[in-house]
Amino acid sequence: MQFKKIGIIGAGKVGIVLAGLALQAGYEVRISGSGSVKKIDLTIDTLVPGAIATENADLIANSDLIILAIPLSRYKNIAPKLLKNKLVIDAMNYWWETDGNREEVLSPDSTSSEQVQNYFKDSTIVKTFNHMGYHNLQDEAKPQGAPNRKSLFVTGDNPQAVDQVAEFVNTMGFDPVVHYHLEDGIMTEPGSPLFGASLNATDLNDVIENFADTDFGKQIAAAKKK
Amino acid sequence: MVDVNKLEFGIETFGDIVANEDGSLKTAAESIRQIVHEGELADKLGINVIGVGEHHRPDYSVSSPETVLAAIAPVTKQIKLATAVTVLSSDDPVRVYERFATLDGLSNGRAQVMLGRGSFTESFPLFGYDLTDYDDLFNEKLELFDLLRKEDAVTWSGKFRAELKNQEVYPKTEKELETYIGIGGSPESIIRAAKFGYKVIIAIIGGQAERFKPYIELYRRAAQRNDMPTYPVAVHSHGFIADDKDEAVEVAFKNIKANFDRIGLTRGWAPMSREQFDNETKVGSFYVGDPETVAQRIAHTIDQLDLGRFDLVYGAGNQTAAQRERMIELYATKVIPRVKEILANKEASK
Repeated sequence: MQFKKIGIIGAGKVGIVLAGLALQAGYEVRISGSGSVKKIDLTIDTLVPGAIATENADLIANSDLIILAIPLSRYKNIAPKLLKNKLVIDAMNYWWETDGNREEVLSPDSTSSEQVQNYFKDSTIVKTFNHMGYHNLQDEAKPQGAPNRKSLFVTGDNPQAVDQVAEFVNTMGFDPVVHYHLEDGIMTEPGSPLFGASLNATDLNDVIENFADTDFGKQIAAAKKK
Repeated sequence: MVDVNKLEFGIETFGDIVANEDGSLKTAAESIRQIVHEGELADKLGINVIGVGEHHRPDYSVSSPETVLAAIAPVTKQIKLATAVTVLSSDDPVRVYERFATLDGLSNGRAQVMLGRGSFTESFPLFGYDLTDYDDLFNEKLELFDLLRKEDAVTWSGKFRAELKNQEVYPKTEKELETYIGIGGSPESIIRAAKFGYKVIIAIIGGQAERFKPYIELYRRAAQRNDMPTYPVAVHSHGFIADDKDEAVEVAFKNIKANFDRIGLTRGWAPMSREQFDNETKVGSFYVGDPETVAQRIAHTIDQLDLGRFDLVYGAGNQTAAQRERMIELYATKVIPRVKEILANKEASK
């Protein structure tokens, strides 16, 4: 399916950058903040003119693809039934400045996206846009085929959804590198050599192929054994 | 339009530990004294502001910037004495006011407080605050500080501090405390600064500076909506200047990378690649090179964003005293005049 209408939940740094890229790519874009429209209308009108500032319910009802770009500690503020049967990109990471203490936000035994998927049981979660810095996302978006185009890791448990999101990532200005296991998202979480790095597809694939040999990969493997 | 005659130029340091010529490190105490010396040098050379950061970590020497600034005050004449930033969230606004009002007295009105939320975690547990309250702490404390800054009796109550009832706070200053809010680029922070009618300084630590253009527009529009005044915006970014361009690039790469990677270890981001560094140096937010290269890039940023002030963060990583001082000299004697010249020529040709 070709997406036409993109809904971004979260009007912070990442949400604004993604809204700008989506507008540039020709999508109809809705964006919501944590409160009323009035709290974000000036921001949206100034930073991403053309995007429609709205609230969650309207955004969800009117979008083919939803992106969660809120602090990880706040995803449970959204009722799971609101996102029922929706395809949802999880662009979130644990980040202390916005999330507070880690143990209050995440359980230690699975990746953040798996916890998000568990919570939104009836939605399809695909993880991407989480591992590149927001200003790199803004500066590095390039048309397909551009030299040294940067790459984003896209993963989820529903292959069809992952492929659709991969095509969306392509239209947003990045080469998708696709996996079909949501748990593989660990390779892009804070601590991974991919977190905060802007790499082209060749280099990104290199890291992924050799992930088990990285310090972070070894840590994860050791934690799993326990 | 940039008013070249009113442009201000600052230097800022986080108090990185200074290196000896043989690569070994000086003590934190020596590094602190070096800053006082550099403040004196910057003042003599006509730099407008020196900013000193607040950190509570082994890799930075300064946890109490006002104390360092108080030592710079009597050995300088014109330079403004700023923090970069004061972590208001984990401080007491009454104490912040008192310390800066004292510094303002010591320096004949040259104190400048820069309030921020901080980008490190250490101060929160150290002073007994919960990270979960990151946003609320700053909002509440800024509200109280704003009342104190008016220097009348204050009546106030909040969640994180004892209430004040018709309370005078001393010493009173001779004019009022010049106050900035330091922001990192979240739209919420910009709007908050505008609502309080404060000057803003934006920390641009990565990516193209031009992307902040709409954010500055947002500051203006938010102030207008709240009937608040606006001021020319200031920017703070990292840099390194040496006589020779290649030398500057190598020194900066080694030191900025070491700094970035060390912080990255605790935040979970990947080490800085050479490509990333080169990008930042060419079109991003590192101002690195010989004086001409750096002047061109600073002039471009000031022009693009219509700034009133530019602060260069110096001394990142472990640089020698000679490298730090030479950079300050080049910045003051070559870069700043050249930036003004470039901008004046640009204005004349408009």
